[in-house]
Amino acid sequence: MNSFESNLNVVQNEKIIDKNMFERVGTKGLSGEEISKPSLTYWSDVWRRFRSNGLSILGLILLVLVVATIFVGPLISEHDYQYINTDVKDLKPNSEYWFGTDDMGRDLFTRVCYGGRISLLIGLCCTLVKFIIGSLLGALAGLKGGVIDNIIMRLAEFIGNLPYLIIVLILSVVLGRSIFALVLAMSITSWVGTTRMVRGQILQIREQDYVEAAAALGSSTGRIIMKHLLPNTLGIIMVEITMSVPGFIFGEAFLSYIGLGVQAPKTSWGALASAGQEQLMFYPHQLFFPCLMIVITMLAFHLIGDGLSDALDPKLRK
Amino acid sequence: MESKEVLIEVKNLKKYFKVGRKQVLKAVDNVSFNIYKGETLGLVGESGCGKTTCGKTIMGLYDATDGEVIYEGENIHSFNTQEKREFTKKAQIIFQDPYSSLNPRMTVGDIIGEGIDIHHIYKGANRKKERQEKIFELLDTVGLNKEHTSRFPHEFSGGQRQRIGIARALAINPNFIVCDEPISALDVSIQAQVVNLLIELQRERGLTYLFIAHDLSMIKHISDRVGVMYLGGLVEFTTSDELYRNPLHPYTQALLSAIPVPDPEEERVKKRIPIDGEIPSPINPPPGCKFASRCSLAIDKCKEKMPEFKEISHEHFVACHLVK
Repeated sequence: MNSFESNLNVVQNEKIIDKNMFERVGTKGLSGEEISKPSLTYWSDVWRRFRSNGLSILGLILLVLVVATIFVGPLISEHDYQYINTDVKDLKPNSEYWFGTDDMGRDLFTRVCYGGRISLLIGLCCTLVKFIIGSLLGALAGLKGGVIDNIIMRLAEFIGNLPYLIIVLILSVVLGRSIFALVLAMSITSWVGTTRMVRGQILQIREQDYVEAAAALGSSTGRIIMKHLLPNTLGIIMVEITMSVPGFIFGEAFLSYIGLGVQAPKTSWGALASAGQEQLMFYPHQLFFPCLMIVITMLAFHLIGDGLSDALDPKLRK
Repeated sequence: MESKEVLIEVKNLKKYFKVGRKQVLKAVDNVSFNIYKGETLGLVGESGCGKTTCGKTIMGLYDATDGEVIYEGENIHSFNTQEKREFTKKAQIIFQDPYSSLNPRMTVGDIIGEGIDIHHIYKGANRKKERQEKIFELLDTVGLNKEHTSRFPHEFSGGQRQRIGIARALAINPNFIVCDEPISALDVSIQAQVVNLLIELQRERGLTYLFIAHDLSMIKHISDRVGVMYLGGLVEFTTSDELYRNPLHPYTQALLSAIPVPDPEEERVKKRIPIDGEIPSPINPPPGCKFASRCSLAIDKCKEKMPEFKEISHEHFVACHLVK
């Protein structure tokens, strides 16, 4: 009590602050609610962060270069990828044949370009199938829970534990050796990881209030998945996609390398590497160029995926 | 005042959650009360006492384990999918956390317009224009600008986000809104702004609120009647004035004694009734009065027999053996 009163006296002795010393400024209507920062959509914000990462831009440039080479290359080289000319067998790279020729005298550069188209096509198709199956099943498992969740996750465990090579062998026996069979064989075992990841994400997001708000507004389950759950998992799915394309390209290369993949006269980077390996002792360039393309493409996708995961992570936001 | 029309009647509402294989968490246990048309019903209680679960069960977001919620003569828990969808037009909710209640990938316009889109409220050729105008109108109602339609939630402050949440709830013209602690995540200067907006909207549109909070002075300010919850059950239920003037249940008395008085002289002499111990687990609630383990006045009977929730005086319900 005493100390309180003495404190009060000190204040009064020094200077008396009364309300005439203040001036009311107020606010100007709604102007306080204005936002001066330009409106950025989520993706433009992501792109801004992605752009500021030098390595991921390098990845993007590499990927564009590879794709451009694959599609424009054969037009410039003016060679046919199937044309056999025994006069020019096993040539070293020169001004006529940029990557040299193979043991049947076919232009290696053109073959690498055509092979690249197949490799990329397989990589993209498998990723698409994996992403569609994986995210739909994952969303369903995460959202519905209970019995459905149990069934899907046990199925995922079952499929995930099947030996991949045996599935490929069985499918190639049943369906013949086509690109379709290859895509099917590779994607049928690969969706498991995506399902687990999407399910985990959905479990987390469905507890958010905005999902409950949508339910309170009368949203159907389908609408909640499409409008709220998938858009919010899309970031992580995007990273997963960019990271899995090189995986599939490499998987195809591996299968072609052991003779289970793309069949002649079609070719792919893996098949070319396999053919080149036979000539490794004398003509190492036949192995070098397809491998170089595989390495560059994989590097590009990994750099992009890395940059994307940084750009999408809101915790790193500046 | 006597000609009050009952909008929602809650009868012996129970909501249990399964925890593990055999255990049951009784989040809401045997709660009954009426909500009158146009009133604000406050629901207070400490964290984890089941206020939110109660609110969400009343508006049908959770399925009730047992009991009825009767809205205009119909039990909402016996609705089929179509009827449930129709009911969502009448009852809406405002959430506690303005950060997690708005989808970060949707623009404010889409968030507010979501209810309009779901229920296809505007039909015909200019539905897009009508929707747009409605969104502008709602933004104006909650004190935001037209330019905010194309913005994303992360560009707004907590108070602004909460007002977006209010606009979303208002978009389909409900007449009953569950306010689930709409102000507890906001700082004090913004709390008043949001609460006054809610009061104003109620006056203009004749809304009925179920206002859930743990801030007793705010509840006193906004509510007509107040229910005090403890561990899943109502312990006292009466008009706001009566509750603050004449609290009967020991728990309510203890809660009210904790409100700080903005007068140092009075605050110094005020006697606080402390509550010892922790809130017991709702998984295995003790038999008898749930508050008995922490009640300073508890007698043997309290630990054995659950007190009845009875009307002591007009419109004043208490569940306590000691109150006669």
